[in-house]
Amino acid sequence: MREVGVLGIGQTPVGEHWGRSIRDLAAAAARAALDEAGMARVDAIYVGNMASGLLCGQENLATLVADAAGLLPAEAVKIEAACASGGAAIRAGYQAIAGGSHERVLVVGVEKMTDRVTDGVTAALATAADADFEAAHGASFVALNAILMRRYLDERRVGREAFAPFAVLAHANAAKNPNAFYRQAISAAEFAASPAVAEPISVLDSAGICDGAAAVVLAPLDVCRGRGSETRRPLGVRIAASASATDTVALGARRDPLVWESVAASARKALQQAGVGLKDLDFYEPHDAFTIVTALSLEACGFADRFAAVDLAKEGRFAAGGDLPICTLGGLKGRGHPVGASGTYQFVEAVLQLRGAAGEAQVPGARLGMTQSVGGSGSVALTHILEAV
Amino acid sequence: MELPRFHRLRRSYYRLEGTRCPGCDERHFPPRSVCSRCGLSGLEPQRFSGRATLYAATRVTQAPRGHASLAPYAVALVRLEEGPLVAAQLTDVGEEPLPAGTPLEMVTRKVRDAEEHGLIVYGYKFRPRLEEERP
Repeated sequence: MREVGVLGIGQTPVGEHWGRSIRDLAAAAARAALDEAGMARVDAIYVGNMASGLLCGQENLATLVADAAGLLPAEAVKIEAACASGGAAIRAGYQAIAGGSHERVLVVGVEKMTDRVTDGVTAALATAADADFEAAHGASFVALNAILMRRYLDERRVGREAFAPFAVLAHANAAKNPNAFYRQAISAAEFAASPAVAEPISVLDSAGICDGAAAVVLAPLDVCRGRGSETRRPLGVRIAASASATDTVALGARRDPLVWESVAASARKALQQAGVGLKDLDFYEPHDAFTIVTALSLEACGFADRFAAVDLAKEGRFAAGGDLPICTLGGLKGRGHPVGASGTYQFVEAVLQLRGAAGEAQVPGARLGMTQSVGGSGSVALTHILEAV
Repeated sequence: MELPRFHRLRRSYYRLEGTRCPGCDERHFPPRSVCSRCGLSGLEPQRFSGRATLYAATRVTQAPRGHASLAPYAVALVRLEEGPLVAAQLTDVGEEPLPAGTPLEMVTRKVRDAEEHGLIVYGYKFRPRLEEERP
């Protein structure tokens, strides 16, 4: 296995890009990453995307992206793992370099959600669940997460305001990220007054529907080191770990739906691979599609005991300046959640933190960070650990 | 949902048929081909009683395409008497959320809007149990 490094990153701002198609967004992020890497060609392209078929009527997406970005005839394939597609595409790129199949790969996470009106987007997102036994019965993606949050509130005996700190910190951090969709701070009082989408989940518990693309160029680490002085990168970044794990697609088939085994297993494998402990991490980018997902992920990874994530959040432990900053550039909630692109955005943001290039959102002295992309309601998880070198 | 898929699912949707493992006696709903507990193949059909209790529920106001005529509606995870935890809509309930543990029973109702081919999909939903079993 070869060590894998990051040669370039790129991203489009996250938002409602009415005038830009899925190919325009992907090509823009790809060109930005290639320009930063100082490269015109790659051996292969891995496109992380959840639902281009349903949202844009477009499959064969990776070839379209290769064409739009001017990278033909490079090998290109779409990687799909529901909302974790962006993380899964990073892992595919990592494996291609680590295993020696390729010397230079481009990973692009992209999702174009605003080509559809809301009921179509809701139906597309519901395909991450069990089609025959969840989605067909009207269990939308938000509904399944709402059931989990209701149960968490019941078992923990707290009100939904216990989840306010997660949304408040995400928005506070997004305000410092020029590429974030929701760049306004919110208060706990605004969170409390937010209307329900599927009770107890409100608008401010939820990452919004939006468009965006983020891209990464990966290469063997020795190449990245050698090129350090030629590019704008002040520091190199290596992928210290890449790990994935799965759980049942249907929530009901789990022994305990509030214990996310896929997240736990992928984090455990990643930490072991990197040879580090949770306490060594300078920041963590969870898959905060809903505030309940943040809490369950923190607990599954072991950052918090069962039902204790809300208590630690209340103490400010996860906010900027806390002992484990999360969602440092806004997370899915504040930056926005173009689903199949989110895992790639997390990775790009982690690289910015480790280069010391995160601007106002910089975690001081960040050397080691963990990103985690989760698909379905905890059914597939991708965990990456990145290190400044 | 079009006819071939619905036809394949009819036993589960109409009479809550799942599977039972002859090796370890685990009951599954939805039905499986390989036991989730012991890995055995060759599972037997298992018809569930339809008696259940509520795990947790929510109320969907922004319905996905195919469910607009039913919205707002309650959807829940319910614990079948025989063990499995199942996602299903609740029916004959008001706007107030039901507490966890509420006794429920299966009924057959329309689960989706009729789509362009005109097929109306019927299947299981759960309502608060009408009558408690007498001792």
